[in-house]
Amino acid sequence: MALLDVRDLKVNFTRRGSAPFAAVDGVTFSVEPGQTVGLVGESGCGKSVTSLAIMGLLPKTGVDVTGQVMFDGTDLLRLSDREMRDRRGRDIGMIFQDPLSSLNPVVPIGVQVTEVLERHRNMKGKAAKTEAEGLLKSVGIPDPKRRLSEYPHQLSGGMRQRALIASALACRPRLLIADEPTTALDVTIQAQILALLRRLVEEMGTALIMITHDLGVVAGLCDEVNVLYAGRVVENSDRHRLFADPRHPYTHGLLGSVPRLDSDRGEPLPAIRGSVNDNIPWQAGCAFAPRCENAINHCVEETPTLENDGLRLLRCFNPVVPAEQGAKV
Amino acid sequence: MLRFIVRRLIGVIPTLFVLSFLLFGWLRLLPGGPAGALLGDKATPESIASVNKVLGLDQPIPVQYVKFLGRMLTGDFGNSLSKSRPVVDELADAIPATVELALAALIFAVGLGIPLGYLAARRKGGLFDNMTIIGTLVGVAVPVFFLGYLLKKYIAVDLGWFETSGRVTAGLDETKVTGFKVLDAILTREWDVLFDALSHLVLPAIVLGTIPLAVIVRITRASVLDVMNEDYVRTAEAKGLYAKTVRKRHILRNALLPVSTTIGLQTGLLLAGAVLTEKVFVWNGLGSLLAEGIERRDYPRLQAMILVIAFVYVIVNLLVDISYAIIDPRVRVR
Amino acid sequence: MSGIATQKRDKIDALAATAATDEGGVSLIVDAFRRLARNPVAIVGAAIVLLFVLLAIFAPLIAPKDPTVRYLIDEIRQNTPLPPRPGFPLGTDENGRDLLSRLIVGSRQSLIVGVMATLIGLVAGMIIGGIAGALGGWVDTILMRFTDILLSVPSLLLAISIAALAARPSQWTVIIAVAIVSVPIFARLLRGSMLAQRNTDHVLAARALGVRENTIVFRHMLPNSLSPVIVQATLTLATSIIDAAALSFLGLGDPDPNRAEWGSMLGEGSRVYFDVRPEMAIYPGLAIVIVALGFTLLGESLREALDPKNRR
Repeated sequence: MALLDVRDLKVNFTRRGSAPFAAVDGVTFSVEPGQTVGLVGESGCGKSVTSLAIMGLLPKTGVDVTGQVMFDGTDLLRLSDREMRDRRGRDIGMIFQDPLSSLNPVVPIGVQVTEVLERHRNMKGKAAKTEAEGLLKSVGIPDPKRRLSEYPHQLSGGMRQRALIASALACRPRLLIADEPTTALDVTIQAQILALLRRLVEEMGTALIMITHDLGVVAGLCDEVNVLYAGRVVENSDRHRLFADPRHPYTHGLLGSVPRLDSDRGEPLPAIRGSVNDNIPWQAGCAFAPRCENAINHCVEETPTLENDGLRLLRCFNPVVPAEQGAKV
Repeated sequence: MLRFIVRRLIGVIPTLFVLSFLLFGWLRLLPGGPAGALLGDKATPESIASVNKVLGLDQPIPVQYVKFLGRMLTGDFGNSLSKSRPVVDELADAIPATVELALAALIFAVGLGIPLGYLAARRKGGLFDNMTIIGTLVGVAVPVFFLGYLLKKYIAVDLGWFETSGRVTAGLDETKVTGFKVLDAILTREWDVLFDALSHLVLPAIVLGTIPLAVIVRITRASVLDVMNEDYVRTAEAKGLYAKTVRKRHILRNALLPVSTTIGLQTGLLLAGAVLTEKVFVWNGLGSLLAEGIERRDYPRLQAMILVIAFVYVIVNLLVDISYAIIDPRVRVR
Repeated sequence: MSGIATQKRDKIDALAATAATDEGGVSLIVDAFRRLARNPVAIVGAAIVLLFVLLAIFAPLIAPKDPTVRYLIDEIRQNTPLPPRPGFPLGTDENGRDLLSRLIVGSRQSLIVGVMATLIGLVAGMIIGGIAGALGGWVDTILMRFTDILLSVPSLLLAISIAALAARPSQWTVIIAVAIVSVPIFARLLRGSMLAQRNTDHVLAARALGVRENTIVFRHMLPNSLSPVIVQATLTLATSIIDAAALSFLGLGDPDPNRAEWGSMLGEGSRVYFDVRPEMAIYPGLAIVIVALGFTLLGESLREALDPKNRR
């Protein structure tokens, strides 16, 4: 059985005076134990909101969440606040994008790790401190004992993110959600953090949902990839197939727009025309149609559904035809 | 930490100097100068001249200033013109009175203000929140003394719940230990005195504390609202911590930072408000002394008073800075 | 510098930063007004202010009787004001004068005091702040140190000290005292907004094009600084009226008993007549509270409307 099974998740933001906005519009995907799954898309495609919905971290008012989020057989969306609090940190961990703002500036790092241990593993005092020290060490923070009493502003960006990873994994959760964990970091640090994540999830057998807009991150890390657009999954396949044979025009465009070392100099970088705001509501046709190179008349008349063609899931009426052998894509 | 305190203390010295110089200048600007004030109606050019000589006011300004500083530092303020008592004695009596009042007002403002502000933030947009906001706006718009008289008449006199003037009922047998009537009564276990002192203290404290209360509620509310949207609160929630832990360690500890510095700002306002409140409730503290001193141009008294006030203000400032550094580790680096 | 001055400073600097940092400062004000028109708090505040101003301007026409004439002086016993009766809907003061008329005419005095104090403080403050902001360097440092020290003294105490210097207190004593208290605020405000604009693109561009410094200051920076100044002026009007009342209460204002002014009416009424006839104090007191509230509501909603965070 899948560890996490998200079924037709919808999140609507309601605001007085304006129309409700569907940030997540029927997202369906699953995560097996120990698997690393990517959620890929541009800003505004709903990937972060999806993760917050899974964790139950969306505001209580002004937000409407429907669908099912089955974690280990239990629908998280039906749980009470207290029951969800028990699971967060213990069964599901989460790390966010900006490590500096994600840490409490006036509380020492050590406490921000031990508080998780106190809460879920009932560890106190010296035992908690020792365990925290060990955790900091395992995420590659040098001189962990000293760091316990230091404050976030005294650590570098990479170290902060490591500390956050330590606190998220402190209770060995079965699932870790990482929302753009390296976007705010330097490129070299990015690589280190990603390597750290990969090592840790392998060692602990933790499932990982990696949310990112960076396909490079996905390539190195994820077993399976979901591509999101306008709040829906448009393509899902395993890593190799996605990069070798992307079918959805959006995926194709994303991959094509990544600069490559082996492209000719002077060759213009292909971009997807338009912006995320140039979409028509899903109710009438494909949301990507206005920006799509492959669009046909049918695309604006009927809404495509997510179909399984045996190798992948695809939401498109006119997918990209595979390129000839030897061509770059 | 110690270095921080020392640095701040050193920074205070130039301010004190400038303030003393301003005081020096201000006193000589008073109509007729100090001599004219002393002589009042009997001032003639000759009498002023002779008094000037006696007071040493005919000497060159720098010399006067130095002498002025000298006397300041040795605490020699001379005798009050209105009462012919040494000013230091007057001050010794008045300071505990005002401090007691100010403390009570602060306890009222902070003790009520922070919870109110926090609750208003949590229930943002609701009825409680809106009523609180209106309350704070009105609270700042009401002149202190107006509120004082209102409460005095309708609650103290008409309802008879509290006393209206002075610190204790005259003739009550009380023992003086520190000059703080409430504290003294507790120390000497004179419970009737304690009750009496408290019933005199409540209304003036509420009146004086109303504006600080309004400000503290607003700032707490704004601060909690800001902090509630911070990423680290989201992280704390993601860790599955108890709501109580998130509130205490993550929200309040950060939200109270600007509040604590505001408390320092309010202390200054308290001093100003005390002048008005003490008049309404016949509370013989620094405020009354100041008001009287100005009315009667009591130059020795004013001189000492202003210095004391400035000194107190500087100390409070320092304490606020230090407390901020204790609470917020980021400040210590500066 | 002292922590408390720093706080006041930070508040002012924050307001200064709302000065339009792009071209078209005036259109931003128009846009803010449109947003205000939808805000109920702002509407209430503006309504109160408008009523107050109209009342003050047309006071002599609205007041039913002459506020200085002691109509019912013969009926006064033991200095006790009279309760309401036909022709005198609010009763009289201790001299037999019509209380309602005195209240209405008193609005004029309060408006004058408030407006004059704010204007003087504004102009003086802007000159100082403008010089500091434009010249920079040691001029800036000295001027700002001075304003910092003034800022670190609680405003009422400062006002009292200044008012006490007057040999013969008059209405001008109060006006000047309150004005001086607000000078450092405006000075800091203008300097702050000039500083915020120094490095904006359009100023740098103008300078690069060789436009004279004077022109830059007067034609570009000043109009953009208008918005925070307007906000502060509104708020200062509110506090001026309250501080003026306090000064009158302490006896530092106009001693002329004939002149009807809310502050002195409140002071006299509270000090002397509160037990016998609290209305003498309550009416002017309420008037002051309502007007101060009106200005505060308007000023605060203006501040929010102009806050860059709220801009599109």
